[in-house]
Amino acid sequence: MAKVRAVAASGNLSTGFPEESLVRAVADGVDFIGCDAGTTDSGPDYLGSGKPRGPREGVKRNLRLMLWHAMRAGVPVIVGSAGHAGGRPHLQWTLQIIRELASENQWHFKLASIDSEIEKSVLAKALQDGCITPLDPAPILDERSIFKAERFVAMMGIEPIQRALKAGAQVVIAGRCSDVAIYAALPILKGIPPAIAFHAGKILECGAASVEQRKSPDSMAAELDDDGFTVCPPNPALRCTPQSVAAHTLYENADPLHLVEPGGALDTTETRYEAAGDRAVRVTGSRFFPAPRYTVRVEGAALVGYRSIVVAGIRDPLVLRQLDCFLTSLRSVVERKVFDNLRLQPGDYSINFRVYGRNGTLAELEPVGDIGHEVGLVIDVVAGSQELAADICPIASHTGLHHPIPEYNGLVSNFAYPFSPGGINVGPVYQFCVNHVWELEDPCGPFDMKLEEL
Amino acid sequence: MPELWTLTKLIRSKNAGPFELTLDIMFKDRGSFQQAVKSGSFTRENIARQCHVPNDSVKLFFLENISAIKISIPRRVPSGDARDTDIYGGQFHSPLVRMEV
Repeated sequence: MAKVRAVAASGNLSTGFPEESLVRAVADGVDFIGCDAGTTDSGPDYLGSGKPRGPREGVKRNLRLMLWHAMRAGVPVIVGSAGHAGGRPHLQWTLQIIRELASENQWHFKLASIDSEIEKSVLAKALQDGCITPLDPAPILDERSIFKAERFVAMMGIEPIQRALKAGAQVVIAGRCSDVAIYAALPILKGIPPAIAFHAGKILECGAASVEQRKSPDSMAAELDDDGFTVCPPNPALRCTPQSVAAHTLYENADPLHLVEPGGALDTTETRYEAAGDRAVRVTGSRFFPAPRYTVRVEGAALVGYRSIVVAGIRDPLVLRQLDCFLTSLRSVVERKVFDNLRLQPGDYSINFRVYGRNGTLAELEPVGDIGHEVGLVIDVVAGSQELAADICPIASHTGLHHPIPEYNGLVSNFAYPFSPGGINVGPVYQFCVNHVWELEDPCGPFDMKLEEL
Repeated sequence: MPELWTLTKLIRSKNAGPFELTLDIMFKDRGSFQQAVKSGSFTRENIARQCHVPNDSVKLFFLENISAIKISIPRRVPSGDARDTDIYGGQFHSPLVRMEV
């Protein structure tokens, strides 16, 4: 009977974990240590800009502990979605940290890196060949939008990781990767049924997020066998309950009973979650249905402009009681001044008044019409260049400061600015420009692997 | 009538990828779950109206075996769009917390 012990160092490589938890998990037996390093949750900036999510020193500390404990136990390390977005610069950033660790500590191991960045010409060809299918909802994807975008990645499944493990890699650093695949790849190689491996992967990928009450990021461990898996947090202060594990199966997944992976779907309709002692949960009865077509999700980010913002407080009750009219008339004056000063039409840039204390969080979905005794205003300017966005900010902030209301005569100062200077340059603004899947003949096809002896 | 949160252990929302939002409502026990279901508040039409999305775009799941209700809807704008207000989609459950059931 196959048996695999999987250890998740943490839910995200950059958030870390207590070393004692990893030590405990490894002491209980381990066949590999995994960690997810990425997500699209933090928005399109990482993918678009190519910047990794740090802190670099923190990521280095976490990788050092994972490598050290894995090498002592003689088991592989698997990291997916390197550098947060999994693009080529993110992968290179992570590999550089690994090489530094190896050289600083005189460690020697075989390193596999798996590239998931997709050349625009390759994607355009796949689109032309009818291999790209939109998910719902999806932006329009055509040759023009592909070549206008900044960067694309494809989200690999288990097969490219398995190829690296079969090639003898002790450390696998994957670009953009299904979170679940990080933890399902090795168990399936060892003969664990896919349903069990994928479901265990779904629970492990967020580290200790599936415990009853997580206090801070922590490690998680699971033992997989032919019939199911048992998940138990190595930190003795944490516990899993059947409901906490079931709840995590739902997490970040639009359909609670079907988790779609590149090669098929996990079906948890008949899954049973049972307590196994005080802190562990046994999960059985999950099923896996292979898909007729092997598809990987494609992610892409395109530049839409540059942002500068101004933060202000408004406290005067007479301004607050006519806030909508006030902002509408302010906008028209600002638009005129922007045209006079910068020769820009309203369509050339955008100004978004974000009103915290009214509907800053939910925008048009806010059901409550009340307004408090003060509001926080973010004047959000997006324009074609950082210089233009920065130039619009003082026009908007100075106009807003003195914009009149009918109740007062004379010059007023309506906005309380906490900072000098008022304008803050936020940088480039990207948007996710694709929500499509790509049908592959070979699950490893677009994912180039490199082996390196360190 | 009780407010929804008094029947639950967890009410949350989160992105399910950059283009969808998903809301999880985990009830304290089977009885609380059934009370919420029977209240009739959880219909695709109600949710569509509250969330300003078409009826047929609402996915609604009643998960009796784990005493949970799950709702998935398309995002108003994709995560990180210039007009987005909540990159992680973590606060979109808020109007439901004090809903009477």
